[in-house]
Amino acid sequence: MTNRTFAVVAVTVLVAGVITARLGVNQYYYFAAYVVLQYVVLATAWNILGGYTGYVNFGTPAFFALGAYTAVVLIKSIKAPLAAQLVAGAAVAGVLGFAIGYLTLRLRGVFFSIATLALAVVLQTMFINWDYTGGARGVTLARPPVAPFGASYVEFLFVVMLGLAVVAVATARWIEGSWIGRGLAAIRDNEEAAECMGVPTLRLKLVATTVSGVLMGLAGAPFPYYLTFVEPTSVFDLNYAVNSLAMPMIGGSTTWIGPVIGAVLLGTAQQIAMVTISSALNLLLVGLILVAFVILAPEGIVGLVQRLTRASRSRA
Amino acid sequence: MFSLDLLLNALVAGILLGGFYAVVSLGISIAFGLLDIVNIAHPVFVMLGSYVAYILNAQLGFDPVLTGVLFAPVFYGLGLLLYQIYYASFERRGAESLRGLVFFFGILFVVEVSLLLAFGVDYRLVEASYIGESLRIGPVGIAFRLLVPCLIGMALTGALYLFLSRTFLGRAVQAVSQDAFALRLMGANPVRIKRLAFGIAIATASLAGALLIMIGPVEPAMNREYIGRVFAVAVLGGMGSVGGTLVAALILGIVESLTATFSGPSWSVAVSFAVLLLVLAVRPAGLFGR
Repeated sequence: MTNRTFAVVAVTVLVAGVITARLGVNQYYYFAAYVVLQYVVLATAWNILGGYTGYVNFGTPAFFALGAYTAVVLIKSIKAPLAAQLVAGAAVAGVLGFAIGYLTLRLRGVFFSIATLALAVVLQTMFINWDYTGGARGVTLARPPVAPFGASYVEFLFVVMLGLAVVAVATARWIEGSWIGRGLAAIRDNEEAAECMGVPTLRLKLVATTVSGVLMGLAGAPFPYYLTFVEPTSVFDLNYAVNSLAMPMIGGSTTWIGPVIGAVLLGTAQQIAMVTISSALNLLLVGLILVAFVILAPEGIVGLVQRLTRASRSRA
Repeated sequence: MFSLDLLLNALVAGILLGGFYAVVSLGISIAFGLLDIVNIAHPVFVMLGSYVAYILNAQLGFDPVLTGVLFAPVFYGLGLLLYQIYYASFERRGAESLRGLVFFFGILFVVEVSLLLAFGVDYRLVEASYIGESLRIGPVGIAFRLLVPCLIGMALTGALYLFLSRTFLGRAVQAVSQDAFALRLMGANPVRIKRLAFGIAIATASLAGALLIMIGPVEPAMNREYIGRVFAVAVLGGMGSVGGTLVAALILGIVESLTATFSGPSWSVAVSFAVLLLVLAVRPAGLFGR
């Protein structure tokens, strides 16, 4: 896909989103679509660190929740507008990402993963004990009475999340094609060798963890207005960690399109399963699909398609 | 309000808790420390052990410890099977680091949600005559529901230490962790030995689960708290050292108990993770690492 086609597709998607937001069909569809788009952002963000660089992050909930709670604090203290919440949420989560990047200096591979998991639990405990944001009971927030555009605030948030998804995917695509992406791939394949060849591994890892953190914070920032209720167990939910990792793994973790495919397929399937079957059963499905993919098709859907086209080409 | 009695009680409770943490962590010390398999799903197998103990206790009135011992062979078999899948899918292809980790994360999730579907989010507990009894020495109370797990934990740790250092198979397990290639040259099959060791690691989860539900009621999502604890203990203890595991577990138990007593129980979960982060940042080799 050339840059121009990508830009055309991105603009088309955005325009289509804005038009959809004005249609005013059943609100549930915007509600569900928002969740799927949120997963596109989270999966893409995870993949920049996990797929490109090879560092498995179990701490997605930590970054997501940090974005959400930053927004909560801004709403409670100065009633800041959504744009300010997004910027602040992204910045705070980005700082955490930067700090995590320094952890990779000493910790490689599995220890890094366990440390990110630890981070999520420690942060959750802190928010449980922080009374200003409602502690364990959570906090209820009121949305602004009128939405800037769209039939109601939910439609507006849907368009915002669509915009964030486009930004996230464009960022991932740009990183992948630039020298940064090649450097990250070198780290993934062999960090020592990359270092020896003069790849600035620490600086690149810091870029990856920070960008990944910023995008996850962005995904979390609109959450308080989306649900109008924030409590630690819902924003620190392990489902975010599993899904943001399962979606790129299922879609294909080496290209930007992989997480998008994974998030749209798995996200939509979960939304359907949630209303038709049950929410616990749909989580079981995600887990089983993840295990099946990681054993049978480790390159994901993108890898499967590539293998099939290659096979048919060599036969022809 | 600080008092000596409170401190003494917290210390004793911490030591008792630490003995129990040792059992839960032994499986990780073997799998992660010796075999280099990041079995992040170990705590969820402990939960599985708890629910087996719960069913047999509620239906047939079995003692939880008895159930834990009876089902250890079943868990051992489960461990063999899991290792076989892991080996064939990841280790043989040299893809264990990233995908193996994701694999175990997926297993964790599947088992946890299955338990959730089968038993719901209600807390479950077991009944036995000695649970609820306690011993008093001066101002210090020792509850049997903590004392029994601690003693069994110490016994199991000792047994495992003897197994690894005295028996032929145990030494083979130690050898495979040092140099699998050299072991192959000696005519032993490292895969077979790793499978056996991983089986033992999962088998300990059966007993650990039975002890866990004896200490207090359990629910499926509880395994996540233990991920931090077991890895903190394994890393602090120096990866694969059985004696180190016990010492680290006791330290963690005491620190947690003191935190719970003096700053409130909601902080005690974060303690293990904070300890883990601290050890990883300051001394990744642990206390007894080589």
